[in-house]
Amino acid sequence: MKTFIQIMKKEVADYFLSPIAYIVICIFLIITGWFFFSTFFLFNQAGMRNFFALLPLVFAFVIPAVTMRLFSEELHSGSFEILLTLPLTLGQIVAGKFAAGVVMTGAMLAPTLAYPISISFIGDLDWGPVIGGYIGAMLLGGSFAAVGLFASALTRNQIIAFILGAAICLTLTLIDKMLFFFPASILNIIEYIGADSHFQNIAKGVIDSRDLVYFISVISIGLLGAHTVLLKKQ
Amino acid sequence: MIYVENLTKYYDHFCAVDRISFVVRKGEIIGLLGPNGAGKTTTLKMLTGYFPPSDGTIRVGDYNMNDHSLAIKQMIGYLPESSPFYKTMLVYDYLMHVAGIRGIPPSGRLARLKYLSDLCGLKDIMHKTIGELSKGLNQRVGLAHAMMNDPEILILDEPTQGLDPNQIVEIRNIIRRIGREKTVIFSTHILSEAEATCDRIMIINRGRIVADGDTKDLKLSGQGTVIHMTLKNAVFDDVKKTLTDIAGVEKVEKADPADNGLVSVNITCRAENDLRELIYQKIKTTDWTLMDFHQEAHTLEAIFRNLTCQ
Repeated sequence: MKTFIQIMKKEVADYFLSPIAYIVICIFLIITGWFFFSTFFLFNQAGMRNFFALLPLVFAFVIPAVTMRLFSEELHSGSFEILLTLPLTLGQIVAGKFAAGVVMTGAMLAPTLAYPISISFIGDLDWGPVIGGYIGAMLLGGSFAAVGLFASALTRNQIIAFILGAAICLTLTLIDKMLFFFPASILNIIEYIGADSHFQNIAKGVIDSRDLVYFISVISIGLLGAHTVLLKKQ
Repeated sequence: MIYVENLTKYYDHFCAVDRISFVVRKGEIIGLLGPNGAGKTTTLKMLTGYFPPSDGTIRVGDYNMNDHSLAIKQMIGYLPESSPFYKTMLVYDYLMHVAGIRGIPPSGRLARLKYLSDLCGLKDIMHKTIGELSKGLNQRVGLAHAMMNDPEILILDEPTQGLDPNQIVEIRNIIRRIGREKTVIFSTHILSEAEATCDRIMIINRGRIVADGDTKDLKLSGQGTVIHMTLKNAVFDDVKKTLTDIAGVEKVEKADPADNGLVSVNITCRAENDLRELIYQKIKTTDWTLMDFHQEAHTLEAIFRNLTCQ
């Protein structure tokens, strides 16, 4: 447990001691802030639905950019060898790096809490969907971080890791909007694979076990995938 | 301390290490020698648990590598070949990070770092980023990294590679100092280094151990002694005839720089006896002038070349 936290601390420190964290957070806030507030007053509704509607698409690009270096960099520089000869299990390494990705997602979302707080001053804000939205956002961010981590474990090239991660996340986000491409017999499965609908369910303020199971499954598959790939690399 | 049996490693179909077995006793300093690509690094990587062997077993103390790799990793400090540490981290931050992973309690970390910084000479570079260090300094950070939790066993992969002569002497001294209490295994292809530092030498070629023994014994087991001699007013054939008569001389060969009427010869003698006196007495009876006469020290080089050249 202690070693897992040590790995996480190191990765989080790496983000915040270099410009990476600040650049990513700024870009995230500018994009989401712009798209959300440019139409906010037109709708004249004290809610955050538009913010959460946009989030999966933005996350699909931003989170793989955060996670792309986690393993690729180690594989590229050879420091992975050192990591494996320290008294650590591969599971602890994967979990520590994943946790760092989740912390980074939290750090991106935290400043956006200013939106609901300011909205609650000017209108009658329903806090249920907002809280649901943030819980959903953390689950979604965690799922994408696990996917990004898997992509990062596959290659020593960070750019490939990013493109691969973003491609998978984008597929998960958009697949349930392309249902007409698929035969009717597998429509149910495809619909279930899509991350967006699960996220929007939670963002409505309804926390259903089906949606929780979905996100936990994606996280588990991503982490297990990363673990397996790294084990094979030895 | 370390028991290795039938250790084998295949990379796809290439056999890098071929059924090697050896035992390392506590407190030994062992030099692993061999030409490039002989399997030194592969052997060390398996000992440190970086990758599993294709076949064979490794036991360290009471632990088996298959079942207790974490316990073994805790006992081993490892300095990899090119010391690829996190380039963007400060030396201080990096060593603190390693201390955390090694399970040193937070209250003891600073004291440990101070001790290691004195031992490895890191005082002036603690607050530099690792990426801007020279090769030698990087290597010292690596040594501190390897000794973080005062491990029982130190495994160093070419610790003096790329260092200047002063740094090499320094690192050697550190290794010898550590070796008084700890077991040290290090690989190198610099023979004089192994000779100067190790109690025991193991020579690996093409994935197999071709020699293994105490440094002194190994040197004595070599090709016998070579005496080098340069004479004036002599003819090689006469010299050869005269010297071959002495009991114990195996071979008399012409050596290269035979100019200005000088004759240079290399005399190979059987290892057990010192023939210098006999040869000198013999020379005295002739009218040759002795210009140069010395016995070459027993070197590992000849043994090494003999064992590893095909």
